[in-house]
Amino acid sequence: MTVVAESADEAVAGVRDGATVLIGGFGTAGQPMELIDALRRSGVGDLTVVSNNAGNGSHGLAALLEAGQVRRIVCSFPRQKDSYVFDELYRSGKIELEVVPQGNLAERLRAAGAGIGAFFCPTGVGTPLAEGKETRTIDGRDYVLEYPIRGDVALIKAHRADVLGNLVYRKTARNFGPVMATAAALTVAQVLSVSEAGSLDPEAVVTPGIFVDRVVACPSPAVFAEQGAAG
Amino acid sequence: MSRLDRAGIAALVAADIPPGSYVNLGIGQPTLVADHLAADAGVILHTENGMLGMGGAATESEVDPDLINAGKVPVTEALGASYFHHADSFAMMRGGHLDVCVLGAFQVSFAGDLANWHTGEPSAIPAVGGAMDLAIGAKSVFVMMTLFTDAGVPKLVPSCTYPLTGLRCVSRVYTDYAVFLLGPNGVEIRETFGIEEDDLREKLSLGGGGH
Repeated sequence: MTVVAESADEAVAGVRDGATVLIGGFGTAGQPMELIDALRRSGVGDLTVVSNNAGNGSHGLAALLEAGQVRRIVCSFPRQKDSYVFDELYRSGKIELEVVPQGNLAERLRAAGAGIGAFFCPTGVGTPLAEGKETRTIDGRDYVLEYPIRGDVALIKAHRADVLGNLVYRKTARNFGPVMATAAALTVAQVLSVSEAGSLDPEAVVTPGIFVDRVVACPSPAVFAEQGAAG
Repeated sequence: MSRLDRAGIAALVAADIPPGSYVNLGIGQPTLVADHLAADAGVILHTENGMLGMGGAATESEVDPDLINAGKVPVTEALGASYFHHADSFAMMRGGHLDVCVLGAFQVSFAGDLANWHTGEPSAIPAVGGAMDLAIGAKSVFVMMTLFTDAGVPKLVPSCTYPLTGLRCVSRVYTDYAVFLLGPNGVEIRETFGIEEDDLREKLSLGGGGH
């Protein structure tokens, strides 16, 4: 059953120290700024964050890192033109980094959400990112064994929701939202608006409400300019 | 013919992409290839962050923070575009659905090993993005790069010294001095620009001559 929260602070309530937090977004597109800000205000710490990037500028995820609330980050592309907060923490040994190929990140989240115990994948074979991992040759091709990534909580941004938690997304801001929504014990979505049941076209729903525990309307989310940066 | 500039390399790559292909252009130099694809070729561009039918860069009035490419640059929709989530986007790569990807590289080995994600220097922050998935997933992996570093060291090498992105995955290397075809018969030089083939072979320690 999906709960409609009154505020972002209420929406992220109950996250514990040491939690693994999945955070949607590719750069700032789809990054749930208001939920991240609320998590930062809650003062929770010792977090493991799973997100494609390691923050942009000094807002959103970067601000959470800067506040010292994140012990470890799992991402595919931490280094960007405007990732100075992460860069400084990493170089001074204040944050742990696990680099995961982007497709493995998505598929490991998908596996967690779909109840898959592990999977063999061709990405990374023979590279440093597969070192120490089990491999198998199947039909003449080499694969690496990869395990699911589960979250205690997922913070995602969608375009609109209904009160049942059905979500629709907008353009490339969809990115990791749908897979992260399936992969956490508690999934929280911020959206522009939460409308009555029946107001969304059922054919257009991307994330069905069964995957969503809390929704909160953030009608005027912060928008930050990207500084074109790789990955 | 003289040594090619970046646009020249990009035009050459574009001319070799079959009409109707699904193509991913890596960040950096490979994005230039889009400028040389014929409008009527029907090539459909994929961007890893969840879109097929990516259009050109957005003008100031077209900028939409929800519509960016893999380099996080604002882009536009081509007619018939579609959006999807990350697991689907990477299934397109890893499942062998993409016809061609064009990537930049630090090094490519004679056997087609690719190194393009990490210099391996202790001070460098590793960042792989979608490079490893593209390298093993696309049906054809083309590399586009300068043949030599600024210091004059070849980037097409007997064996990569940088950390690898993928094994035996590159089939063609487009450079300012030559186009190379990599395959079971080793390195074949398809054409050269502003350098004699014998001279090129010597500089790259390719040996032989002819094939």
